[in-house]
Amino acid sequence: MPRADREAQQHEVPRLQHGFHVVRRDFFKLMGGGVLVCVAAGRAFGQESAARSGQRHEMPSTLDSWLHIGENGRVTAFTGKVEVGQNVRTSLAQQVAEELRVPLESVSMIMGDTSLTPFDMGTFGSRTTPQMGSQLRKAAASARAVLTQLAAERWQIDGASLVAENSGIREPKSRRSLTYVDLTHGQKLMKVIPADPPLTRAVDWKIAGAGIPKRGGRAFVTGAHKYSSDMAHPGMVHGKMVRPAAYHAKLTSCDTSLAEKMPGVTVVRDGDFIGVTAADVGAAQRAAGAIQAKWDAPQQVSESGLFEHLKASEQKGSEDNDRIVQGSVEQARSVELTSIQQTYTVAYIAHVPLEPRAAVAEWSDGKLTVWTGTQRPFAVRDELTNAFHISQDNVRVIVPDTGSAYGGKHSGEVAVEAARLAKAAGKVVRLVWTREEEFTWAYFRPAGVIEVKSSAKPDGTLVSWEFDNYNSGPAGMGTPYEVPNQRIEFHPSDSPLRQGSYRGLAATANFFARESHMDELAHGLKIDPLDFRLQNLKDERLRAVFQEAAERFGWGKKQPEKNRGFGIAGGIEKNGHVATCAEVAIEHGQVNIVRVVEAFDCGAVINPQGLRNQISGAIVQGLGGALFESIHFENGQIQNAHLSGYRVPRFSDLPQIDVVIVNRKDQPSMGAGETPLIGIAAAVANAIFGATGVRLRSLPLAPRGMPASS
Amino acid sequence: MALTVTVNGSEHPVEAAPEEPLLYVLRDRLELTGTKYGCGEGQCGACTILLDGAAVRSCITPAGAAVGKKITTIEGLSRGEHLHPVQQAFLEAEAFQCGYCTPGMILAAVALLNRYDHKLTDKEIIHGMTGNICRCGAYGRIMDAVRAAATMSRSTVDAKS
Repeated sequence: MPRADREAQQHEVPRLQHGFHVVRRDFFKLMGGGVLVCVAAGRAFGQESAARSGQRHEMPSTLDSWLHIGENGRVTAFTGKVEVGQNVRTSLAQQVAEELRVPLESVSMIMGDTSLTPFDMGTFGSRTTPQMGSQLRKAAASARAVLTQLAAERWQIDGASLVAENSGIREPKSRRSLTYVDLTHGQKLMKVIPADPPLTRAVDWKIAGAGIPKRGGRAFVTGAHKYSSDMAHPGMVHGKMVRPAAYHAKLTSCDTSLAEKMPGVTVVRDGDFIGVTAADVGAAQRAAGAIQAKWDAPQQVSESGLFEHLKASEQKGSEDNDRIVQGSVEQARSVELTSIQQTYTVAYIAHVPLEPRAAVAEWSDGKLTVWTGTQRPFAVRDELTNAFHISQDNVRVIVPDTGSAYGGKHSGEVAVEAARLAKAAGKVVRLVWTREEEFTWAYFRPAGVIEVKSSAKPDGTLVSWEFDNYNSGPAGMGTPYEVPNQRIEFHPSDSPLRQGSYRGLAATANFFARESHMDELAHGLKIDPLDFRLQNLKDERLRAVFQEAAERFGWGKKQPEKNRGFGIAGGIEKNGHVATCAEVAIEHGQVNIVRVVEAFDCGAVINPQGLRNQISGAIVQGLGGALFESIHFENGQIQNAHLSGYRVPRFSDLPQIDVVIVNRKDQPSMGAGETPLIGIAAAVANAIFGATGVRLRSLPLAPRGMPASS
Repeated sequence: MALTVTVNGSEHPVEAAPEEPLLYVLRDRLELTGTKYGCGEGQCGACTILLDGAAVRSCITPAGAAVGKKITTIEGLSRGEHLHPVQQAFLEAEAFQCGYCTPGMILAAVALLNRYDHKLTDKEIIHGMTGNICRCGAYGRIMDAVRAAATMSRSTVDAKS
């Protein structure tokens, strides 16, 4: 299956639609006069995958992005992407300002609103920068061309000699100029531009490429920013759901009479859906608590039998099976070589976005508006459309800048629940999931089993590589190293827990297995782990980040102190090139990550300040899954659905972090939200081996410190 | 049942049971939504407020326990347009990503800085702040912001209450 399709499937993309409901007349009514520039979609990734799965929609004028230059000179860019802390509201505005030659302050971003912004599959897969960034740059460059043409017409000259700068068009020869305000005044001009306009080269960037602070930062330090969970409406009531006792449980009896007698309480019972609304959160909790529901749950696979189950339940012949084959691993097996075979496992982990799922739902004249923190506003709109059997035109999903997601907010359960409760109550309803609900009724990063078998010549040349991933996913499973004989396969399995997207997808698991195994081979061959990697590596950009990270870390220059160890790992994912070095200290059986150096190359950097924040944040988040994060479950129930039972990284876990940005202005800009996370687990595992001689092959590596036998 | 709470210098009578968590009184009755729900069990610090200048978790503090005490929320920290030095330090260090933990972080830092007379060591900052979770992992920049705020004059760091 082509890679793009595979990824779309992992993100559960239902079907493709375009969201341009705002016709020209309405648009200008909304935004005022001026110039509206729309970029028609090329053969974008989304279209390809929809076409292949036979779900092509009629799209006479699919538009990926548009922007408006108002008569007052304000520039407004529209995108279906959302801001969840990755700082794209800033980085996208920078790119618009750059191409339009206007100051950043004059650019506004309207994001994630299904009634105002173009259809977008969702904010995932590190695609905002390479795809939406480039779309908005094209829209802005096209707008600049339109404005240049307007000036040329005004002056009745050829536009070729004109220069756009400082929010205006200038003719160098006559030194006359017109501002964008002059040019847009009285206009209601809409241009649809299919062409690829020439874009400004990264080496010439002035606003893009600069370390500009997060836009609207002040609202975050004053508490003024309104997240979905902060939205309030006059007369709004609060919702609370009654949850099943275990996964896949069926309701056998339900007594709601006590709750129904409570003042101001509305009880909603619709099949197995049970929820209440009340004037405040406490009253809603009391009413939900007064409902007597009995559930019948089937026997389910528990944590203790997880990995056996994943292997035994392999879905052979599934079209999700994914395979990379080169040369012949069978022939390679017959040669006398250093050969290693090992199994690696990863646990289910939770995203734990600090803002839990939340939605505010309002019905008005048969139309539904939902404010909710989701990465996929258009998919949530479709969920609502299907749940309530109403047309897309009657549903609007608005995503306020959200309290993080990390791949965990792709689905619209909370939006559907809030809308169902609001429909019954006849009032605006706010529903905020508790932390326990977030831990239980969202979804997890897949657990998995990875088997690796390899061989190399005594001089360190890789000969064969066999890699079988059960359940955790195919992302990042290929090897960047030169191996003549390789067979790499992803085997889908039956997952006992609901699983889905997580920052970096399976690349964390696959990098962990591959880079741990490379380390095992290097030690087996008695070759330095960095030298061994470089010896088998041709990709220049990956070599460069390995060398940058090693240089900054001092790899090979000094030996670790007693009870300390060094580890290195790296790879390529989503066109990001990453190398991570870690130093660990083992004290009283506890693993302490002392220092991390990470070199990262994502092409031409849009905002180095934001990028550093992303990289160091990813390292911190990644060390949680590396060392101690793990979901415990027993027969359809989560055993540690609280922060007191599920440890996430805290200040006391913070290593010294040194980020090396390799800024390749000659390369296209790529996303950075995911790939900086995926090297840390293997780097730490390799460092633990360095410190102790103990090879840990399961994530999390040391949830309760080093294993007793070590 | 009515009780009166003193928030950011003003008295507010509210219809709430004394055992109702202060978090919901602030957020839903007084519309001070800068104080966040994160876990409901005092584990994450998103709901941190100041009670007579000390950092407490409003999600596990009954409203009745705050009667007669001075409550400071993030909304009460700045003086008009003038940010509190800790807010200014967070803004300048860009010590956040999604920003959801930021109000709690800032109030925890204000309380921490008020507790010490000497220049804080990194160990003291970690010890004082480690009850607050930033899931985006911006801990390094938050440390920078707290260090920067710590170097500002003592008088400006005192919380308004």
